[in-house]
Amino acid sequence: MRAIGFLDEIPLGEGRTFAVDGEMVAVFRLRDGSVRATQAVCPHKGGPLADGQIDLKQVLCPLHLNAWDLTTGCSLSGQPDLAVYDVHIDNDKILLGELS
Amino acid sequence: MRTRLVVIGNGMAGARTVEEILARGGDFDITMFGDEPYGNYNRIMLSNVLAGVEDESGIFLNDLSWYADNGITLHTGTRIERIDRFAKRVYAEDGTETPYDKLIIATGSRAFVPPIPGIHRPGRGYHQGVFAFRTLDDTRSMIRYAKEHQRAVVIGGGLLGLEAARGLQNHLPHVTLVHAAGHLMNAQLNEVAGETLKSSIESRLGIEVVVNGQTTEILGKHAVTGVKLGDGRVIPCDVVVVAAGIRANAEMAAASGLPVGRGIVVDDQMRCQDEDDIYAVGECAQHRGEVYGLVAPLWDQAKVLADHLTGVNPFAEYHGSQVATKLKVAGVDVAAMGLKGPERDDDESLTFTEPRKGIYKNVIIRDGRLVGATMVGDVKKVAFLMQAFDRGLALPEERAELMFDLGGPAGEVKVEEMADDEQVCNCNGVSKGAICSTVQSGCKTVTGVMDKTRAGKGCGTCKPLVQRIVEWAAGGEVEEDPAASYYVPGIPMPKPELMNAIRVHSLKSVSAVFATLGGEEDAKSKMGLASLLKMMWGGEYVDERDARFINDRVHANIQRDGTFSVVPQMKGGVTTPAQLRRIAEVAEKHGVPMVKLTGGQRIDLLGVPKEKLPQVWADLDMPSGYAYGKSFRTVKTCVGSDFCRFGVGDSTALGIALEERYQGIEGPGKMKLAVTGCPRNCAEAYVKDLGVVAIDGGKWEIYVGGAAGAHVRKGDLLTTVGTAEEVITLTGRFLQYYRENANWLERTYAFVPRIGIERVREIVVDDADGIAAELDAAMAASVAAYRDPWKDRDDPATPGQFRTSLPLTVLPQVPVRA
Ligand SMILES: Cc1cc2nc3c(=O)[nH]c(=O)nc-3n(C[C@H](O)[C@H](O)[C@H](O)COP(=O)(O)OP(=O)(O)OC[C@H]3O[C@@H](n4cnc5c(N)ncnc54)[C@H](O)[C@@H]3O)c2cc1C
Ligand code: HEM
Ligand code: SF4
Ligand code: SF4
Ligand code: FES
Repeated sequence: MRAIGFLDEIPLGEGRTFAVDGEMVAVFRLRDGSVRATQAVCPHKGGPLADGQIDLKQVLCPLHLNAWDLTTGCSLSGQPDLAVYDVHIDNDKILLGELS
Repeated sequence: MRTRLVVIGNGMAGARTVEEILARGGDFDITMFGDEPYGNYNRIMLSNVLAGVEDESGIFLNDLSWYADNGITLHTGTRIERIDRFAKRVYAEDGTETPYDKLIIATGSRAFVPPIPGIHRPGRGYHQGVFAFRTLDDTRSMIRYAKEHQRAVVIGGGLLGLEAARGLQNHLPHVTLVHAAGHLMNAQLNEVAGETLKSSIESRLGIEVVVNGQTTEILGKHAVTGVKLGDGRVIPCDVVVVAAGIRANAEMAAASGLPVGRGIVVDDQMRCQDEDDIYAVGECAQHRGEVYGLVAPLWDQAKVLADHLTGVNPFAEYHGSQVATKLKVAGVDVAAMGLKGPERDDDESLTFTEPRKGIYKNVIIRDGRLVGATMVGDVKKVAFLMQAFDRGLALPEERAELMFDLGGPAGEVKVEEMADDEQVCNCNGVSKGAICSTVQSGCKTVTGVMDKTRAGKGCGTCKPLVQRIVEWAAGGEVEEDPAASYYVPGIPMPKPELMNAIRVHSLKSVSAVFATLGGEEDAKSKMGLASLLKMMWGGEYVDERDARFINDRVHANIQRDGTFSVVPQMKGGVTTPAQLRRIAEVAEKHGVPMVKLTGGQRIDLLGVPKEKLPQVWADLDMPSGYAYGKSFRTVKTCVGSDFCRFGVGDSTALGIALEERYQGIEGPGKMKLAVTGCPRNCAEAYVKDLGVVAIDGGKWEIYVGGAAGAHVRKGDLLTTVGTAEEVITLTGRFLQYYRENANWLERTYAFVPRIGIERVREIVVDDADGIAAELDAAMAASVAAYRDPWKDRDDPATPGQFRTSLPLTVLPQVPVRA
């Protein structure tokens, strides 16, 4: 686990992209206070997932509105699945697990 | 003693005939025999079961209690072996015998399995891995086997083969279709249509298609390992599905001495030749030389036989059916009826092809009547074509309307003019009368009626018509399908109810709406709610930025590469050299990859990265043109009386005034306007959400509900007024009425026809409901709350509002045009 940023960089209910080891990771701050992390680039046509809208379950890519489960990364609309990463909040720091 | 009626066959025709007899109050002592171990099910839905879109339990038509309730003795799993025509008895395989006074044979047909070497295993039925596709049991075992294997070959490229191939893809990764003829569905389609279908099947569904492929052998010792074709080619596979046609189950009848050709020969009353008390219906019957393989004809046959047997009309006659077919494969639409191509010199034939989109359309007209139609890839007009074909309706003068929606309601059947017994759903044999009586018994939603009657649950072609009939039958009390009428999917309320609840509970933020009304937060509903709340509360709205779509968070339109487009306001499409110079400088300074004129008469700077937006806006120092939101967009104008020699009104001044007042107003959909200086309509005002046209005498016409996007519609004339001030007031009032009453994403071209232009006029122009002042006040409040969102640049609304979400290098690069 390593710190990649601070929670207050992400407004409630939105996502932001973080660069980690040359990879881009989208971190979302759900309205129930928890966080989720997924690959940042949409597997459909490369859309920026952190710019998408979320709820407690899913993220919608802003380009073509495909949907993915934020926790499992499973596609909800027939696209390839997303990579999801372990992520936690410690005080106000965002801690990210292994990428692989 | 009651007349004893025995029915051999508990399939679609047998059960339907009995239903029709019961519906006519027929008083018989009924006994039915079926070969399968359960009640009667809808065979055509097996394709949907295989494709995984319908559940097995959803296809049963009559369960066992139906038979009991109607006093019918049902022998399931019992084959009849022989009929004794003289003793009037039927003998079952299990040795029992049953006497009859009247006998109906409805044994249907079975899959035709060509005698290909290796297809059978001696004494054990089909070779392991070989399946037919006819019964529920076939379907179950096919699914079970396919799930554990990799490659399937379907033999036969007709309707059934195509549906089998598509369904199998649901269970295993590779499907190849082998068809003996030169093109797919050769019984229904001509060569060009068949070719078009083939490329769609291959490119869209990923099913490999082999035409002119004679299967000569099924390979494999213990289980199937491949099929061999006539040219020596071997296609490796572990599942083979045979869909090479059907054969009538007429052997038992023939053995019992009834005349049999390709089916059991019947007369116009479905009576077997030279018999007084034996009838045949369905696929096992041969009538005037025809044996049918679809359900629509057997619905007609069942009615005639029931009329005749019950004495409702002893002289009822069946004269044969016009058949239309529709392929039930999602994503590849095919419908065909009648002739495949013109046959006589004076047949009119219209053809339209668009191979790249997989579209082929052809209609054939003889003596003013439709005698054939083929639609591949686009079947929007099929419901009408089927009716025209079936009933010989008069055709529209503008023949192209047979193939395309040209805007007007032409080519639709009038519901009130349809007879009660007219069949609406040809797959499940549901008449207009049946739909109406379901509505009368209290079921007033379209989905409810579809569930109860099964209308629209087969191929789906008739759904629009079913919907119109339900609406008509329910009269004023039509209940919309609950879900279809929700303003947003996540909150189960139509808009007026939702607005009321929001007011009652004083809900001022999207999260408050979910917490109070919806339960769970729903990403797909946030944007619609945000728009509604903003309209309702104006300055009091609690703006949660996550409820906004990215475009509204950063006031620009996201592009395919994650960059944004910047469109500064240019009221009425009028600009100045100074403004142009500024735009040019900004574009150069920031290396904007493309500068383009928009369809809305302004200038678009495309390819601006998110993090640069504030700087670009600052350098431009012009207000936002709102080219990104569900909001008031532009007012296009023509030069009008200022310069144009035809102009009769100052369209530019009025356009600028309209844009000045209503800039940035949000709504349920985009609002695009135009003002044009004379009826020559250079600014395209007739096809705008609201369009204003200057006419001679200093007057202005106002059109609403026009569109020229994917949907094209000429607006309806709302009214004609004498001054520009009136135009401005009525524009505000109409837009406010639209904002308050339209569903999320419902554009005016759908909204105005839904409400009806007369009603809109009553409210907006005549103030019949006395709400004009309220509408004006609400709009005035929104206008007063306007603030240029590009001012956000100095004071970001959220941390990282303009932070990049992507390294642009990994994205598809948009080429820079010099
Ligand atoms: C997968 C599939 C999809 C289809 N899709 C469509 C479609 O989209 N549109 C369309 O119009 N048509 C479609 N069809 C065709 C349609 O299903 C048939 O036209 C229809 O089922 C024929 O009805 P029937 O009653 O004549 O025969 P069946 O439904 O086959 O009924 C025959 C009955 O007779 C019984 N029986 C047979 N022999 C004996 C005996 N000796 N003793 C006792 N009982 C016996 C059987 O058990 C069965 O109950 C499809 C067919 C299949 C297989
Ligand atoms: C993401 C997809 C889209 C983008 C990026 C986009 C972008 C734009 C932009 C920037 C303009 C100029 C607007 C202005 O000057 O105010 C415009 C105008 C227009 N767009 Fe789109 N648009 C999109 C989707 C659509 C769709 C799906 C349709 C049709 C169904 C459509 C139909 C139009 C029309 C007809 C105009 C001209 C408007 C006018 O003359 O007033 N657009 N579009
Ligand atoms: S619409 Fe009429 S006034 Fe306007 S530019 Fe065209 S011809 Fe001239
Ligand atoms: S027409 Fe299609 S491709 Fe062109 S801008 Fe509109 S949506 Fe995009
Ligand atoms: S790029 Fe994400 S849905 Fe298309």
